[in-house]
Amino acid sequence: MRRATSVGRDRLISLGVCFGKFTKTRKFKLHITALDYLAQYAKHKVWIKPNGEMSFLYGNHVLKAHIGRITEDTPEHQGVVIYSMADVPLGFGVTARNTIDIRKLQPTDIVVFHQADVGEYLRDEDSMF
Amino acid sequence: MGTSDSDELSTDEMSLDDEEVENNGKKADLFDSTDDESINLTEKKGIKNTTENTIVMRSERLEAKQKHDAALAEAELQANMKQTEMFVLPSGQEGEDEQTTTDLQVVHQRIQNIIRTLNNFKELGDHERGRAEYISQLTKDVAIYYGYSEFMAEKLFHLFSAIEFFEANEVARPVTIRTNTIRTRRRDLAQALVNRGVNLEPIGKWSKVGLTVFDSSVPIGATPEYLAGHYILQSASSFLPVMALAPQENEKILDMAAAPGGKTAYISALMKNSGMIFANDASKDRLKALVANIHRLGVRNSVVCNYDGREFPGVIGGFDRVLLDAPCSGTGVISKDPGVKINKTEKDFMILPHLQKQLILAAIDSVDAKSPTGGYIVYSTCSVTIEENEQVVFYALKKRPNVKLVSTGLEFGREGFTKYRGKIFSPALSLTRRYYPHVHNMDGFFVAKFKKLSNKIPSTSTAKIIAESELWIKVDNSGDAGQLMKERKEIFTRLMMP
Repeated sequence: MRRATSVGRDRLISLGVCFGKFTKTRKFKLHITALDYLAQYAKHKVWIKPNGEMSFLYGNHVLKAHIGRITEDTPEHQGVVIYSMADVPLGFGVTARNTIDIRKLQPTDIVVFHQADVGEYLRDEDSMF
Repeated sequence: MGTSDSDELSTDEMSLDDEEVENNGKKADLFDSTDDESINLTEKKGIKNTTENTIVMRSERLEAKQKHDAALAEAELQANMKQTEMFVLPSGQEGEDEQTTTDLQVVHQRIQNIIRTLNNFKELGDHERGRAEYISQLTKDVAIYYGYSEFMAEKLFHLFSAIEFFEANEVARPVTIRTNTIRTRRRDLAQALVNRGVNLEPIGKWSKVGLTVFDSSVPIGATPEYLAGHYILQSASSFLPVMALAPQENEKILDMAAAPGGKTAYISALMKNSGMIFANDASKDRLKALVANIHRLGVRNSVVCNYDGREFPGVIGGFDRVLLDAPCSGTGVISKDPGVKINKTEKDFMILPHLQKQLILAAIDSVDAKSPTGGYIVYSTCSVTIEENEQVVFYALKKRPNVKLVSTGLEFGREGFTKYRGKIFSPALSLTRRYYPHVHNMDGFFVAKFKKLSNKIPSTSTAKIIAESELWIKVDNSGDAGQLMKERKEIFTRLMMP
C-alpha cells in the first residue's frame, strides 16, 4: 500500500478498507465497512431469524421475537455482531440486556440496538465515504 | 367441404378456413367454386328447414360474409402476387412524401419487402435503380421504424446489414448476476436465492461465476445476500474483458476506467484479494458507487484514485496488467440506453475514438513488459462500431511496435474485422473478439488483448502524439485540456530522456 503514495492527496479516494470516521469530538465511529474484520474476531454474536432480517437491514433495532440464537453470557451494553441464520454477517449493534434478562422480555422488546447494517450500502451510498 | 354432409354451417365454414390455409396459392379459384357450392348448400338447407326462418336468415348472413371474405382474400392474393413478382421502390419524390408519413405499419411492411428483394436481387430487383437505392431507402425506413437518427441507422446498418440487430435492441437482455467468489460459492448462492423465490440458471459453460435470473419474487438488488456482497448485478458482457485479462495472484493491476466497479471487483476476486489493484476513474461522482461496491464486495486490495486516464503512467506505472474498458458511444447497449439512437452524431465518432486512442497508448505505456507473469493490456468497449474498436487497436499497433495482439482466451464471439469498407487493418485483428446482442444475447461488446514485448517507447511516435494531442485541444477548447496537454508533454519529455 506504500505504492499509493504517488497518488496525489486530492485525487486519492480510497485505499484498502475504510474502517470508520473520526467525529468532530474526536471519537471514532466504526462504519459498516469494518464489518468483515469485526465478524472475524467477534466474541459475542447474535443470530436473527429470516423474518427479522429485512427489518434489521432497514435500520431497525433487533426485537426479541427476531432473535434466533445468541452467544451465552453476553453482558449488557456489549457490542455484538449480527448474523443471519445462514451465518452471513449483516451488521453490528449493542445489546440492551444480558443473555439471562433477555429470556424474561416481551417478544416486542428491543434486544440489540442498531448501530450499522449492510443496508447502508444502498441507503447512504453517497454520504458514506 | 361443400359435399360434406355436416348439418352445421359453422363447421362447414371452419373446414373451409382450414383449406384456405393449406391451398394458399389457389385461394381465389377455390373461393369462387366454394361460393357457388355454399349457395347450393344453403338452398338445400333452406328447403330442409322451411319452417325455421331464423336459420335461413342466418345462412343468408353467412353467405354474404363468405362472399365478402372471398373478395378480401382475392384482394390479398393479388397483393401477394404483386409482391412475389416485384416490390416497387417508391420513386424519389414519392419517397420524400413517405418520409412525412409515420404509419409504422406501412414502413414495417416496406422494410420486409426491401429485405426480401435484396435477398434475391437478381430476380426481384429493379436493376435500373440498383442495390444502393434500395439500401438507402431501407436505412431510412429502419431509422423511422426503430426511432434512430438517420446517421446512426446508416452507421449500424452498414456494420451488420442485419435487421436482427435492430430487433434485438428493442428487447432487454436477461438480468445476470456474478457470484462474488471472495464471499461465497456459486452453488451456495444459487441455493440461497432459490430459497428466496428467485428463478435462475448458470449463465453458460464459459463462466463459472455467472447466473442468469429469469424472474424473482423479491427485488434482486436488495436481498440480504446482495447487501452482504455475495453477488453483484453485472451484465454478461462485462465478464469478458476480465476473463481475457486473466489476472494472477499477487500482481499489480490497473483498471483505467473502473466505475462502477463490477470489473474491478471481479479482478480482485480472481486474484483472491492478493496483490493490488489501482481502480481509476475520471468521474468523482461515479467513484462513490465504485467505493461502495468494492467495500460491499469485500475487496481489500484496491487503491481508488480519480485521475484522467491519459495522465498514466505519469501518476504511476510499471503494472503487470492493465484493463482499459474505454468510455464509448454505447452502441452495444442500446437496449439499456435508447438515448444512443438519436443523441450521437458524427462528432462523437471523431472525439471518442480520439480519446480512446490516447487512453490505449497511456495504458500500453503503463505496463511493465519485464513483468514475469504479465505484461498484458486488455482493451474493451461496449460499442460495436469499427471506429471505436478495430481502428483504435490498429492505431495502437502502429504507434507502439513493442506490442502485439494475442488471443483473448475467450472461447466464443465473432472475430474482429480485418478489413472494412475499403480500409484494411492488420490480419492480427482476427484475434480480437466481437459480441452482438442478436447473436450472443448479451450486450454488444469488443475485446482485444495485447502483450507488451519491450519497455522502449519509440521516440518517433512521441512527437506525433503531441502533435495529435494539440489537434485534440482544437477539438475541445476547454482550459482543462490545455493543462492536460502540458502535463502530457512533460511526461513525454521525461520519457524521452535516456
